Amino acid sequence: MADSLTIRRVSASPDAYIPISALRSAGPTYAKLVDIGACIGCKGCEVACKEWNDLGVEPTANFGSYQSHKDLSPKTWLLMRFNEVEVDGNLNWLIKKDACLHCEEPGCLFACPAPGAIVQYTNGIVDFNQENCIGCQYCVTGCPFDIPRFDVHTRKVSKCNMCVDRVEAGLEPACVKTCPTNAISWGSKHDMLALADKKVETLQSRGFQNAAVYNPAGVGGTHMMYVVPHGDRLSDYSLPTDPTASPAPMTALGFLKRVGAYLMGFGVLGVLGHFLRYGPERLDEDGHDEDDHRGPGPASGHGAVPGPGAFSAPDAPAGPGAAPPVA
Amino acid sequence: MASLAATFGRGAMTNHWKDIKNTDVILVMGANPAENHPCGFKWAVEARDNRGAKLLTIDPRFTRTSAVADRHMQIRPGSDIAVLGGLIRYALENDLHHADYVRAHTNATFVVGEEYDFADGLFSGFDEAASNYDRTAWDYERGPDGYVRRDASLAHPRSVFQLLKRHYDRYTPEVVADIAGCSVEEFLQMAEIICSTGRADRVGTIMYAVGWTMHTVGSQIIRTAAILQLLLGNIGRPGGGINALRGHANVQGATDHAIVAGILPGYLKVPTPPQTSLATHMSESTPRPLVRDTVNYWGNYPKFYVSQMKAWFGEHATRDNDFAYDYLAKQDGDATWLSIWDKAHQGTLEGFVALGFNPLLAGPDVPRLLDAMSKLKWKVVIDPFMLDSAEFWKAPGMNPADIDTEVLYLPSSHWIERDGSFTNSGRWAQWKEKAVDPPIGVRSDTWILSELFWRVKELYQAEGGAWNDPIQHLTWDYLNPREPSMIELAKEINGYDLRTGRLLSSFGELTDDGTTSSGNWIYTGSYTEAGNQMQRRGTDDPGGLGMHHDWAFSWPANRRVLYNRASADAEGRPWDPSRAGIAWNGREWIGDVPDYGRTTPPDAAGAFIMTEEGVARLFSSQQLADGPFSEHYEPVESPSPNALHDNVPINPVIRWYDGVRESLANGDDDYPYACTIYRVVEREHFVTSNVPLLVETMPDFFVELPEGLAEEKGIANGSQVRVWSKRGEVQGTAIVTKRIKPLRVNGKVVWTVGIPVHWGFIGITQGSMANLLTPFIGDANTRCPEFKSFLVNIEPAGSARMET
Repeated sequence: MADSLTIRRVSASPDAYIPISALRSAGPTYAKLVDIGACIGCKGCEVACKEWNDLGVEPTANFGSYQSHKDLSPKTWLLMRFNEVEVDGNLNWLIKKDACLHCEEPGCLFACPAPGAIVQYTNGIVDFNQENCIGCQYCVTGCPFDIPRFDVHTRKVSKCNMCVDRVEAGLEPACVKTCPTNAISWGSKHDMLALADKKVETLQSRGFQNAAVYNPAGVGGTHMMYVVPHGDRLSDYSLPTDPTASPAPMTALGFLKRVGAYLMGFGVLGVLGHFLRYGPERLDEDGHDEDDHRGPGPASGHGAVPGPGAFSAPDAPAGPGAAPPVA
Repeated sequence: MASLAATFGRGAMTNHWKDIKNTDVILVMGANPAENHPCGFKWAVEARDNRGAKLLTIDPRFTRTSAVADRHMQIRPGSDIAVLGGLIRYALENDLHHADYVRAHTNATFVVGEEYDFADGLFSGFDEAASNYDRTAWDYERGPDGYVRRDASLAHPRSVFQLLKRHYDRYTPEVVADIAGCSVEEFLQMAEIICSTGRADRVGTIMYAVGWTMHTVGSQIIRTAAILQLLLGNIGRPGGGINALRGHANVQGATDHAIVAGILPGYLKVPTPPQTSLATHMSESTPRPLVRDTVNYWGNYPKFYVSQMKAWFGEHATRDNDFAYDYLAKQDGDATWLSIWDKAHQGTLEGFVALGFNPLLAGPDVPRLLDAMSKLKWKVVIDPFMLDSAEFWKAPGMNPADIDTEVLYLPSSHWIERDGSFTNSGRWAQWKEKAVDPPIGVRSDTWILSELFWRVKELYQAEGGAWNDPIQHLTWDYLNPREPSMIELAKEINGYDLRTGRLLSSFGELTDDGTTSSGNWIYTGSYTEAGNQMQRRGTDDPGGLGMHHDWAFSWPANRRVLYNRASADAEGRPWDPSRAGIAWNGREWIGDVPDYGRTTPPDAAGAFIMTEEGVARLFSSQQLADGPFSEHYEPVESPSPNALHDNVPINPVIRWYDGVRESLANGDDDYPYACTIYRVVEREHFVTSNVPLLVETMPDFFVELPEGLAEEKGIANGSQVRVWSKRGEVQGTAIVTKRIKPLRVNGKVVWTVGIPVHWGFIGITQGSMANLLTPFIGDANTRCPEFKSFLVNIEPAGSARMET
């Protein structure tokens, strides 16, 4: 069954700031679950990601590792990272699928000043729309997982989009489809959480006392979660212990909007005072009408939210008529 | 495969991929399935997570499989027999073997003749001058009835059971640790888990691949594992077995159809010059029963052989002409890889046709191979891609002006571009459809081979020539004789009732009177009147064990687990009712397709119908060249003396080719490090060097070496490093790793270096050929080269090479 995409949040718009509690009722969201304990690091997902998203080959050289590239890039949205670590005298070859975690509260989206460059769909996927990207890279600093990558040639930022085109058509993301050991699962967040708990239980019964689900609360949880065998050693997997969606840009922007609204209010009051004191202005011979004198109000700015025709946002109706629910 | 046939009667993976989910313990040794069989490996992960199975790896490196295993033990390359022999001793010493199984289903009770002996590293019957054994010295003792004498009490000092105990008694945990370089504690912890399956309610499996076959003792490594699995009662049972993981999608199919020298399709034997008549060939190829109560299914050899000749020569194969017996070339000497290239090296081989592989990169000792190829008059390479083998004259260091070899390259279609079948490791023949058309002008292998045949035939017709009959009389009645269809070939392989034209449904219908045909008896039943059985895609699995009898066709007879009679006890009751292979219900066997007569009562015959003994062979009396039991011999290039018998350090019956002894390092300090070669998951042998996205995932040739050694040598991670053996040298990026540790072997520290095989001088990225380093020597039975264990030296690239 194909799913129609509905937008939940839009960058640089009042829709970016909908309180999470208001969103929770929006309906089921998807999640990808990566079981690090079952991953063999074959890079099948890495190749499938490039194939499906047509990212192309990025020339690389062996740098003393099984890892194909040193880092994520605009052409490598998914990277298998390899790390050799000794835990209690036992060698562990930690292999982690590094890609966007699709935060419930996406720091990239909150940080983005370009209207519509980053959207979050109601199904949980966080997607970049390059046509609206202004290349400022605020999303790069806003991401607590260091995922988005800036392309110096196109001046745009990109990252994993959870194969949103496949998901819209009712398919799983390409990486999930290709995984040979079922280390990547796909389903509703609810089901994936239950599966994750089961997998943690299995790991614990195999002696991994600290096995844990990685679904950090600081970003409201994620739509790509990990089952981590050594939950007490997150940094060895290059996973931040307590990531948060940096609220700074959002708060600052909100504050500025509030200031703007007050200033506008004072302006209106000033005009009113002027009117009361001096009375209505008379039309001159050239016939200038009232419209020429009406300044842009807050609502007009909101109207700049891009709405690609296919997208709609019923839960938080956007558009010129809606009042900005400024926090 | 030689050793599986020597033990059980058939040379194939005993169980199948999905069956691995039914196990309690998985020992991965001589294999790295996460790396080389990632799709099949899912069943190991499933057993681990859903059943709580223990996943164990024993390997010279901590591999991708080890990364998801419960336990890993590092050993020195080439020490496998010591470890497995130690496990056999541990099972017997601690009474952990499955006693009822061993008594019912193995030759433990058989009494061996007085001549048999083993002392100081040699079995009795050794002929030093000929470097071989007279195997009659290993014969069983016969009773007055002519059958083998048996002792059900197992107490007879010359019973197989007692001989086995005595033979492996030397493999104490201390000896194992000394030879393999592991610690005694590590070994004992492994042994405890592995030998926990010697009970009716537990079952364990072993997954192995070329990490075992590619040694001078390759067959005997597998034999040791087979003996262990028999002692633990793990053969024939769902979740058990000794599972040979084949490299490419269709290696099993290729082997079944005689890709190996010395066999005809269906593991029939190639006639030899002394077999001057069909009668002699039959009598020497048809085994006679060694006990009264055995099915001895190979007794049907004449039916399989005659039906094959009818498939090939049709009306020209008659009783009067010995069913065209004389048409077949008689094989004089061995035509294994090493022997062929030895001939070329000596200049006595004129031409070579390489079809679907890259011989230059696939064989050992590339410098010798390049020299051999240069002496060929002509060489034909048939492949979808331009290969290093076709352009061997361009290899680094070659001077094309000195080479007269004429090379013909014929581009052929890729398997993606044609229909056909793949037979996977688990013997499932699965039909596949063509995905895309080949590029214009590119021909299929069947077109190329048919055209070759027709042009030779027409030449013979025009000019005559020696032994014209077999060529003129070869059956070739296809709709388009210039390019037979895969369906036609599949039907021909299945075979017909020649009186009615009906497709046969089982090899049970084959006869030796010329009224049936079959191109390969084990595939009879794969394409019947009911249609192409390989194309079936039914997913029913009533037993829940993943047998899927309606999915494709599994040889033989759509049987999913080989030797499944042994999954039940002497009375026919499954050892473990929750994982029953087959069960006797009083009238017939139910469950899997029984590897036994469907209505044959449990006590009527032994469980292993393919052996003359009727049971499986703990003692392999006549089948292998290098001993009825296995013995630890060092690799021909070893960093250590043989701790068991230094006077016989290496396999005494391997074949030495000219000049090979001189090409080996003999324990000197110039080549102090053990080296092994292997594959990585990102690449598939050499063909993927043409696929950009796969090259990107593992772009460059590299050398893996342990941290301590890198420190000693001043080699930084990611820097260029040079590795050389007495035969050649390679250079690549160093991966300095914790995954290979120094080992203490016989009191001396041994370092191991690892090298991947996927690079050559053709392809998107170029790199050193790993086989520049490997020795030109092979297994005593199969001649499979010893790729997996040899000696090298190493230094940072750029510094002066140490001259020797």
